[in-house]
Amino acid sequence: MAKILLEMKNITKTFPGVKALDNVNLKVEEGEIHALVGENGAGKSTLMNVLSGIYPYGSYEGDIIYDGEVCKFNKIKDSEEKGIVIIHQELALIPYMTIGENMFLGNERGHKFALDWNETYGKADELLKTVGLKESSRTLIKDIGVGKQQLVEIAKALAKKVRLLILDEPTSSLNESDSQALLELMLQFKREGMTSIIISHKLNEVSYVADKITVIRDGSTIETMDKKTDAITEDRIIKGMVGRDLTDRFPKRENVKIGDILMEVRNWNVYHPLYTERKVVDNVSMNVRRGEVVGISGLMGAGRTELAMSIFGKSYGTNISGQLFIDGKEVHLRSVREAINNKLAYVTEDRKGNGLILTNPIKINTTMANLDAVSTHTVIDKDKEYGIAVDYKEKLHTKCPTVEQNVGNLSGGNQQKVLLAKWMFADPDVLILDEPTRGIDVGAKYEIYCIINQLVAEGKSVIMISSELPEVLGMCDRIYVMNEGRMVGELDRSEASQEVIMSYILKSSNKGA
Amino acid sequence: MDKAKVMAGVKKYTMIIALLLVTLFFTWRTGGKILLPQNVSNLIAQNAYVFVLATGMLLCILTGGNIDLSVGSIVCFVGAVGATLMENKGVNVWVSILVMVLVGTAIGAWQAFWIAYVHVPPFITTLSGMLVFRGLSNVVLQGMTVSITNEFFVKLFGGGADCYIPDFLGGGEGMNITCMVAGVLACAIYVVIVLRGRMARAKKGYEMEALAPAVTKLVVICLVILAFTYKLAQYKGIPTALLWVMVVVFIYGYITSKTTTGRYFYAVGGNEKATKLSGINTERVYFIAYTNMGFLAALAGMLTIARMTSAQPTYGQNYEMDAIGSCFIGGASAYGGVGTVPGVIVGAVLMGVINLGMSIMGVDANYQRVVKGLVLLAAVIFDVVSKKGGKN
Repeated sequence: MAKILLEMKNITKTFPGVKALDNVNLKVEEGEIHALVGENGAGKSTLMNVLSGIYPYGSYEGDIIYDGEVCKFNKIKDSEEKGIVIIHQELALIPYMTIGENMFLGNERGHKFALDWNETYGKADELLKTVGLKESSRTLIKDIGVGKQQLVEIAKALAKKVRLLILDEPTSSLNESDSQALLELMLQFKREGMTSIIISHKLNEVSYVADKITVIRDGSTIETMDKKTDAITEDRIIKGMVGRDLTDRFPKRENVKIGDILMEVRNWNVYHPLYTERKVVDNVSMNVRRGEVVGISGLMGAGRTELAMSIFGKSYGTNISGQLFIDGKEVHLRSVREAINNKLAYVTEDRKGNGLILTNPIKINTTMANLDAVSTHTVIDKDKEYGIAVDYKEKLHTKCPTVEQNVGNLSGGNQQKVLLAKWMFADPDVLILDEPTRGIDVGAKYEIYCIINQLVAEGKSVIMISSELPEVLGMCDRIYVMNEGRMVGELDRSEASQEVIMSYILKSSNKGA
Repeated sequence: MDKAKVMAGVKKYTMIIALLLVTLFFTWRTGGKILLPQNVSNLIAQNAYVFVLATGMLLCILTGGNIDLSVGSIVCFVGAVGATLMENKGVNVWVSILVMVLVGTAIGAWQAFWIAYVHVPPFITTLSGMLVFRGLSNVVLQGMTVSITNEFFVKLFGGGADCYIPDFLGGGEGMNITCMVAGVLACAIYVVIVLRGRMARAKKGYEMEALAPAVTKLVVICLVILAFTYKLAQYKGIPTALLWVMVVVFIYGYITSKTTTGRYFYAVGGNEKATKLSGINTERVYFIAYTNMGFLAALAGMLTIARMTSAQPTYGQNYEMDAIGSCFIGGASAYGGVGTVPGVIVGAVLMGVINLGMSIMGVDANYQRVVKGLVLLAAVIFDVVSKKGGKN
């Protein structure tokens, strides 16, 4: 048996009123990749925050034994000195600094009053090579994509002489090929003897890369599975996470009649708002029928969000051309207001940045897109507003003490429900859902799918943009495949599979090259 | 649980508690002089412009911690224009008032246009306005003082020696009956509004505030109103300027708390992108905030020249700082999206009490500035720290 590098023993952490962790045990062997899975709010991030010293020694109970000694970390710097580095889900890079400056931020080369830039960039370039980045370390962060930024974060960790690397949802904003590259990199590090912990929602990735999987539910460890001795299946992991068998990850849609075309886009072109010569959406035509769920599949950066937002009252892009028909009539939507008035809704992929006011209560967020419906002569009826928020809370099973609760205090899945409530209250006929289940747990995903089914059962149309292929395949009646701004395929549910969709994408990419 | 409730209560009423403590402190240090009827009355009359400007400033700050540096200069410029028209050109009072309002609003709209539609940072735009209109005030007044002799104007805007609402009900010396009646009426109206609100809620079956705290709050507010009007009645009655302040406070308090327009200010400050994607015209929100600031600056300008019975090129200096300070002390967030009109009024009163208290104590004017500056910093530190506490 290999040496135990890290052992967390009987960790209990309480916040006022909530027990976030209850006797959690975690053992990580040297040189393995250990996956931590669990629903949102299960306590994974809290556990990692305890480990890294964000919650200092004394604010929790239990012991952290690292490399054979009991550790008492008071701040992040303490754990980093021991070689424990966390890369958080939200990347912490500064856009207007170079890769090299970012990598050695707080860990500068040279003297405090005389930084050694040659060493900084020389060392940075070296580390970039080990993570497989060809960029010069003098490139600004803002000029590279999210996938590459993730790799820069890893290179930054390497610069700190990391022994235990912790990745919190590293692939949540990466496309399939970047995710794959990242996983391969983890495996390569493992061969070189590094130990890592990966926190992820994506079970296929976890089962691919991890040697051991620990499942956490409601602040306690449920079980640790070993790839060598246990038969690990996704079903078993899911069962551990949600505490029940999910016989079907996608709820059945029955007796939903698919009707006439409700919205149609013809020859739609959109250019980038800043680099106005760059075409982001290229001659796209598509439609959606009443009672239908249409998926738009594709890689990150395929132009799906841009397409949706440009349709939604020209909220993205310049020089937009093409025709838009709603219910057979051509419409010109010049503003978001006009789009809403024409019964269109766009539910953003970025619920924190573009969707919700985190510092405001649920009730205010719920009515934001349709405030006129709760007011007479611009005077808001606050009691009515409250009542509506409560209705939606119950309808969508949002978990919260009251609708006076600030949205920022809710978990990702519940935030997504509030966002959906906001747009359902705007009473649209066509809902464009952009990554509606990103970063939320299995149980909440299922509930979101149920809401989608309910919407189409009411005769509405849903366009679902998603990067998760199983979800698109499980939920959609028809699937469009988009790549590099163009529609490269349209598939019926019966003929679609992961392989077919990927091959459409790959073929069209080759053509371009 | 109980401790948490107490903490939440303390947090909610921090500024009121602070105001109470500061008042007690000065009552002690001045031997009760600060609570003399004349001083209470002066507190209102002297600070009327602060209340008006701070209310307008709140709307700007709500949009995202944006401030308007030009209000002091606009106050001066509007006053200069009005005084010149009335006194040197012999223009009719009403026409002059109209011109002043239009000039202030137009200046506001000018700045608002650049801020809202061209996205010039508010700080720069209004810094420019601060210089431009200070300069133009000097030009209009040709560097001189213009005295205001029009009694009607002075009386209307609460200036001069007799700047009180006359006692229609004929009270004797030292007791203004009209003032007392107004106080009692105000309490009655307040009680009726609260009761009707509760009844309406009960009828529709909505959740209500618990009875005990609601009654306590009601009683405390009524007592404050009565004590306040009693003090005023003991002196010369209701200062005319107070009426203007009340009108502004009520209208803007209503707009910010009850209307869609008001909600938009908070939404923009909370998350501008999300607001835009909810179909709200965020540019118009900015435009309204800064245009309105110009309008209220015009009103403050009229109050100022009436009180001074003159217009001078130096008027209005640092008024913007008083307004901004009141907002932040009154709980408006430096990041926008948080703040209320009543809160800002409490902030302005707090500043006023500190000013007045230190003046009575005979504290050197320079040290008064030091104290005010530190109070402002403390208030913002409190805002930032309490936000941080909420996150973890």
